[in-house]
Amino acid sequence: MSSGLDSSILTLVTFIPLAGALILAMLPRRDKEIRVFALVVSLVDFIVSLHLPAHFERAASGVFQFEVNIPWISSPNIHYHLGVDGVSMWLIVLTTFLTPLCVLISWNSIHGRVKEFFILLLVMETALLGVFVALDLFLFYFFWESTLIPMALLIGMYGHGRKIYAAVKFFLYTMIASVFMLAGILWLYAQTGTFDFVDIQRAIQSGQIAHFSTAATWLFLGFFVAFAVKVPLFPLHTWLPDAHVDAPTAGSVLLAGVLLKMGTYGMWRFNLGLFPEQSRHNAPWIVALALIGIIYGALVAMVQPNMKKVIAYSSISHLGFVVLGIFSFTQAGLDGAVFVMLAHGVSTGGLFMLAGILYERRHTYEISEFGGLATPMPVYSTFFLFIVLASVGLPLLNGFVGEFLVLSGAFQAHALYGILGATGVIWSAGYLLWMYQRVFFGKVKHDVNNALPDLSLRERTALLPAAIMALVMGVAPLLWLNSIDPAVHNSLALFTQMASKVVGQ
Amino acid sequence: MNRTDAITLLPLIVVAGTSVLAMLATAVRRSHVFTLCMTLAGLAAAFGCAWPAGARAPRQVTALLIIDDYSLFYFRLLIAAVFAIAILTYDYLRKRDLHREELYILLLIATVGAMVLVASSHFASFFLGLETLSISLYAMIAYLRRPRPVEAGIKYLVLAAGSAAFLLFGMALVYADLGTMEFARMAQLLPGTPGDALLISGMVLIITGIGFKLAVVPFHLWTPDVYEGAPAPVSAFIATVSKGAMFALLLRYFYSAGALANRHIALIFTIIAIASMIAGNLLALLQNNVKRILAYSSIAHMGYLLVAFLVGGEFAVDAVTFYLVAYFVTTLGAFGVISVMSGGDGEPEQLEDYRGLFWRQPALAGVFTVMLLSLAGIPVTAGFIGKFYIVAAGASSARWALILILVISSVIGLFYYLRLVAAMYATPDKEPAAATMPAAFIGGAVLAALTCVLLWLGVYPNPVLRMIENVFPK
Repeated sequence: MSSGLDSSILTLVTFIPLAGALILAMLPRRDKEIRVFALVVSLVDFIVSLHLPAHFERAASGVFQFEVNIPWISSPNIHYHLGVDGVSMWLIVLTTFLTPLCVLISWNSIHGRVKEFFILLLVMETALLGVFVALDLFLFYFFWESTLIPMALLIGMYGHGRKIYAAVKFFLYTMIASVFMLAGILWLYAQTGTFDFVDIQRAIQSGQIAHFSTAATWLFLGFFVAFAVKVPLFPLHTWLPDAHVDAPTAGSVLLAGVLLKMGTYGMWRFNLGLFPEQSRHNAPWIVALALIGIIYGALVAMVQPNMKKVIAYSSISHLGFVVLGIFSFTQAGLDGAVFVMLAHGVSTGGLFMLAGILYERRHTYEISEFGGLATPMPVYSTFFLFIVLASVGLPLLNGFVGEFLVLSGAFQAHALYGILGATGVIWSAGYLLWMYQRVFFGKVKHDVNNALPDLSLRERTALLPAAIMALVMGVAPLLWLNSIDPAVHNSLALFTQMASKVVGQ
Repeated sequence: MNRTDAITLLPLIVVAGTSVLAMLATAVRRSHVFTLCMTLAGLAAAFGCAWPAGARAPRQVTALLIIDDYSLFYFRLLIAAVFAIAILTYDYLRKRDLHREELYILLLIATVGAMVLVASSHFASFFLGLETLSISLYAMIAYLRRPRPVEAGIKYLVLAAGSAAFLLFGMALVYADLGTMEFARMAQLLPGTPGDALLISGMVLIITGIGFKLAVVPFHLWTPDVYEGAPAPVSAFIATVSKGAMFALLLRYFYSAGALANRHIALIFTIIAIASMIAGNLLALLQNNVKRILAYSSIAHMGYLLVAFLVGGEFAVDAVTFYLVAYFVTTLGAFGVISVMSGGDGEPEQLEDYRGLFWRQPALAGVFTVMLLSLAGIPVTAGFIGKFYIVAAGASSARWALILILVISSVIGLFYYLRLVAAMYATPDKEPAAATMPAAFIGGAVLAALTCVLLWLGVYPNPVLRMIENVFPK
């Protein structure tokens, strides 16, 4: 391994988009060149990020790799500490994979202030990547909060409908919740004198922290609330439909594809990693909320008249699976949870892109405005069907693997968890296929729809990678799982006793 | 006073001398540009003189002034702020038809007052500095000679004079009790004296005087009216230089005299801090006038600063100082946007004036967004690091109740900052009146510089933190 590149690769991957954004800010306002430049930057970042899986030592994927650890602020002691394990690595690649698609899909849909749009998109990418690479709690919080501004601006400036309302609601919900996490971080700092994740984890495991046992439940809850709003876990989900429906397509793709995963990633990394005791303790009600989320999200999705709302509520349902998998504390459940995170990013990202393409043509998401689209737009409907099937978990596509693993993990933890979770799969097949039927099958109901053009080359280019990825992830999940598995195993080592007890039953 | 004394006082002397020269030059021939250049040159020279003075610090110059690293640090901060304000003032006055040069003279005199406050080690210099600052401010606030500025000026005059009387009476009581007016001497005497009624009432009266200048609750009533009535650059001066100098004095006086050890005094400050944070943020929610919003927000920010001040401990002075630096940059930027945006006949004060600003002037809206986010304490800005420091300082001394109130009130604060930001990005209902005004180059340059400093402090605060740590060795 080339050690020079290995220590700077994470910095490179994280900050290439930001550097691109800065250069973009200085370019003249020529929309075409700006789009091309943004596409090039995001593609370069994607290619650079492929260095990670290419040089990742899978045997040692439980420990952090590509680490950088240099002092950033001397007092209080804050370090620029980056590193990835088998889980965060794939979330990074997911982010860099989706961003070029976002650029492509926004090619013509942004009118006015094109330059600022792509600047925000690239800044957003840096903030998202930072969340997944940061191993210093301060740094993590820094990036975590930094994602808010570009996302809120993307929604508020380039969205439609009640966009300002949606943006402010999104901002306030997540900001207020993360204040609790900040309190937790500061408490840990006051007791340990460090913000370093690894050091704090070690200190907690060795029981060196004073008053830890009394504060631990509060700390757990502080972190959990911040993450639960982001996921979003029922009943903290109400910001999500608003944000999604009014966001521009690229905003929705990044929101559903990556931003929500910050919450589940945080639960896994911090709630499980730092507070295993409390996680086990609080698992029953968390799992209950996750199950409610799965079923409630699916039921509400079923009755939505608006395509984007259907997809938004389906996200709540799918992310419920992730939380269920994480808090099942089984190897299969956690593997599945991480895999669902990745698969959902690809397929829901795809669904939002597809919905956005339709919106560009008709300026509406209402399902009743469509019907029979398979006739005028055959290629489009094929893509749509493919992604829908991936999303509902058809075997050989990516949704199946993750959901299967989560459910088998859930069954190991408790049969009831598994049974209730499994109904969610049925519901999701129901609402997505029903939506598909209403939009694409039958006769063309509205004359305008007869004239709708099918996908352009650019749109096909944006959708094809998502479709291919959905297939590859479904056929060869081991490519991902073999590096996810050891990382998950490592965090489960904290639960050895409990896990063996559950498995032994 | 010998030569060394003179050199250590050089920053002060240069600023005072510049004001006299500017006055003489104005008497001979009026020239706006020339006065500005003279002011800037004087300030730059004074800034440079801080180095030779620093080589001879710390030095007690007469019983009145102490020039140490602390004073010099604040000298630099104040001078830099006034430098920015002077440029903004130029931009602001350029569009107006009136005698412009005197405002610079007043600005310089007020700066002298602020610098004396920062360096004072004696009640006499404390009071002299305060009055020099206040009296110049009366005229600066009313400078435009329109009904509202004049009303604001009179209001400030009456209340400031009243509070100065309280302050003076408090000083007299403390002097009667301790027999000294020197801070250092008080520090020796205070631990020995049981907090008797005379001393406590003297202290409380002094706190009243200080509290008025800082505009903390319940001495805040003048703030919104004065901020609203004064010209935007003068509001910036009041918010930054005047309050900052007072806070520097507060730190020095109460830390060096050890007065905070008295639990009555500590209790009073705790109540003031809590009331300021809550009332400032809640009242700001009700406003539609941007300058009034900033006024109430500054009340809340003084509350945050008092939290760090109360916490004590090794972090606290660093935290307060860094927060003040961040607050200076942010507030200057926010008022700078208002003053750059104002035309010849008025300032854009109402929230409505900012609706859709982004679609008209993206750069200006961007700067204002950054400033507001910094006031709200969102990452990547100096305000976040500053607030984080205060909270960390509180956490390290386990002052959880204060921290909790700080956090809750900051969350309330988010609402009105976001309201402003949201208004700026809202799509305008009607096409904006074309060519709002040419972007002023010189004012724009100041704003760009402030934005860069703000982001730099927010991303890599280490150099500044180091500097602050060196000023206050542990």
